[in-house]
Amino acid sequence: MEEKPKVVVSSRSRRSETAAREFAFVQADIRAGVLSEYRQRAWQAYTRAAMPATSDEAWRRTDLHGLPTESFRLPQPGAYEDLPPVRADLLRPLADGQHGGQIILLPGGATIDLDEKLAGQGVIFTDLLTAEQKYPELVTRMAGQTVNPEEGKFAALAGSLAQNGIVLYVPKNVRVEAPLHSVLWGPGAYAHLSHLLVLVDEGASVTYVHESASPDEPGLDTLHAGLVEIQVLQGASLKFVELQSWGKHVWNFSHERVRVERDAQLDWIFGAIGSHLTKNFSELDLAGQGAQGRMSGFYFTDGNQHLDHDTQQNHLAPNTTSDLLFKGALKGRSRSVWQGMIFVAPGAQKTDGYQANRNLVLSDQARADSIPGLEILADDVRCTHGATVGKLEQEPLFYLKSRGIPQAEAEKLVVEGFFDPIFQRIPFEGVRERFQDYIVAKMSN
Amino acid sequence: MSQLEIKNLHVSIDGKEILKGLDLTIEQGEVHAIMGPNGTGKSTLAYTLMGHPNYTVTEGEVWFKGKNILEMEADERSRAGIFLAFQYPVAIPGVTVANFLRSAINSRRRAENPEDKGIAIPEFRKLLKEKMAMLKMDSAFAGRYLNDGFSGGEKKRAEILQMATLRPEIAILDETDSGLDIDALRIVSEGVNALSGPELGVLVITHYQRLLNYIKPQFVHIMMGGRIVESGGPELALHLEEHGYDWVREKYEEVA
Repeated sequence: MEEKPKVVVSSRSRRSETAAREFAFVQADIRAGVLSEYRQRAWQAYTRAAMPATSDEAWRRTDLHGLPTESFRLPQPGAYEDLPPVRADLLRPLADGQHGGQIILLPGGATIDLDEKLAGQGVIFTDLLTAEQKYPELVTRMAGQTVNPEEGKFAALAGSLAQNGIVLYVPKNVRVEAPLHSVLWGPGAYAHLSHLLVLVDEGASVTYVHESASPDEPGLDTLHAGLVEIQVLQGASLKFVELQSWGKHVWNFSHERVRVERDAQLDWIFGAIGSHLTKNFSELDLAGQGAQGRMSGFYFTDGNQHLDHDTQQNHLAPNTTSDLLFKGALKGRSRSVWQGMIFVAPGAQKTDGYQANRNLVLSDQARADSIPGLEILADDVRCTHGATVGKLEQEPLFYLKSRGIPQAEAEKLVVEGFFDPIFQRIPFEGVRERFQDYIVAKMSN
Repeated sequence: MSQLEIKNLHVSIDGKEILKGLDLTIEQGEVHAIMGPNGTGKSTLAYTLMGHPNYTVTEGEVWFKGKNILEMEADERSRAGIFLAFQYPVAIPGVTVANFLRSAINSRRRAENPEDKGIAIPEFRKLLKEKMAMLKMDSAFAGRYLNDGFSGGEKKRAEILQMATLRPEIAILDETDSGLDIDALRIVSEGVNALSGPELGVLVITHYQRLLNYIKPQFVHIMMGGRIVESGGPELALHLEEHGYDWVREKYEEVA
């Protein structure tokens, strides 16, 4: 493993009058076990950090006022038995071919399935609780490695109290052909706290699909706070698809970072259609020379949804390439925020960084904020960015209608066309189809 | 036999009257040409017949198959059998020619039968291949985004391809010759001629006589100041070619 890059955390959060109230979680909620030292540290960070307020730069456009902090409780073991079961359509393969393994994370439980051949090759794909028991060394090697619990209130919360999670390890030079799939199913009025740990060892490759979902349960207060920590070591390759279709009552927060080492490759795909409110920090650390990372995001909001994606492409080594495209459509009174940053560290020469965010606003009451940013501390780099917010125009719709296509169908075609550049970047037919289904569902309600 | 009957059509854009009482009847199987100088309302007529929302009809009727189509949405007019080949076809990024045409065909089928599953892919491919061959179009064309980055000639050919696929009963060609070199003009015209017959009524809107060397109208109308001022046979177009529009202006300017 190469030397770890320094993660600089600037804590701007300050207690202010506009902050939401504290949660009701207590230190005794921390699970004992191999990660308890990490969790105690995270808990300290959690208690030190104030609730984010709109006076914090990163939270300027996402207000947590309505967050019913005091109502959230952690699920007890077996809680899922009295809750709606996981939707069958979430269990179908999305990437090419049958699953090599599938994990369903439930409130207070999990089901795990892994192909014996993969297990025989040393691939570990299991839930966090099992991993803590069976692979304590590995788990301590993975937790807290790419996301520092100090980075924010919700990172610290998930770090200290995660009840659920995934551990995926692919040994050196093992190329996993069949995709691995996990579903985090979060019904009920609970705090679902999750922690995903992925380590793709040198020269290995894998496709991993992780989906978070829950039924719409109006009137319930549900929280998800998640950590995603991923390391792609030298010469390794990861295709990571992350989908969220949380129910429209869910408050969803996540801190995610993938570190890509020398000559390694990451293809990271996001799809987001759910939740009441989402604040997601996704960071790509290109930590080794020749590392490449692509981030492709699809989002579609309606009603009064609020989705805030904060992305960061950190070029920490020379000859690194990043390519980000996020595209979103908005309906109703919904709101999206995309705030992106390309950071090029001193000495990260011959860097090629690209970021673009395109939005299609389908109603007069919806609003999209798009804020690109560059911070370049090297002199021999190529970094470009673009951000647009557009509306559905009359002329294309009239043109389609003049060929007999009804208004609603014409709008759907234009929206699908808008998203096509994202579809072109997705190597999996199943994921493309899922996004198409999302569009149909959003356009027709 | 279907006919398109335009009666005393008055149309305004942003409160300004452009068409001032236009009358015209086109039968299936006939080819009509409307000629006239720029700014007389030729394109307004085309857009109004197709139902563009920016054009406000203040008076008049347009009858087709027993209905006043002015009361119909653009997509209903299209499905009823009216087609407009646009002077400036609109780009639809991300939507391929094939996907678009399949949607257009399926919209027709679903309007007839809401349970329709849509045209079978092999059948659609065969249809598209056949029509594209007729218009001498490369098969790769079907996979390109509609009108996105098309040359002038490609756009006009794509319009005729749509016409060939959708089989209208009345086709309005709005300045189809504009932006075409002589080869493209010939291909496009041959396409239109191949589609002509007793089933199709055509209204060619053009500024120049040039297109009428390729698409031969039986009826030629001159438009001036928002209405048709002269009607005749093909000889009228030749007369315009020779003498220009000045004599029309002199004769009718005071009317306009």
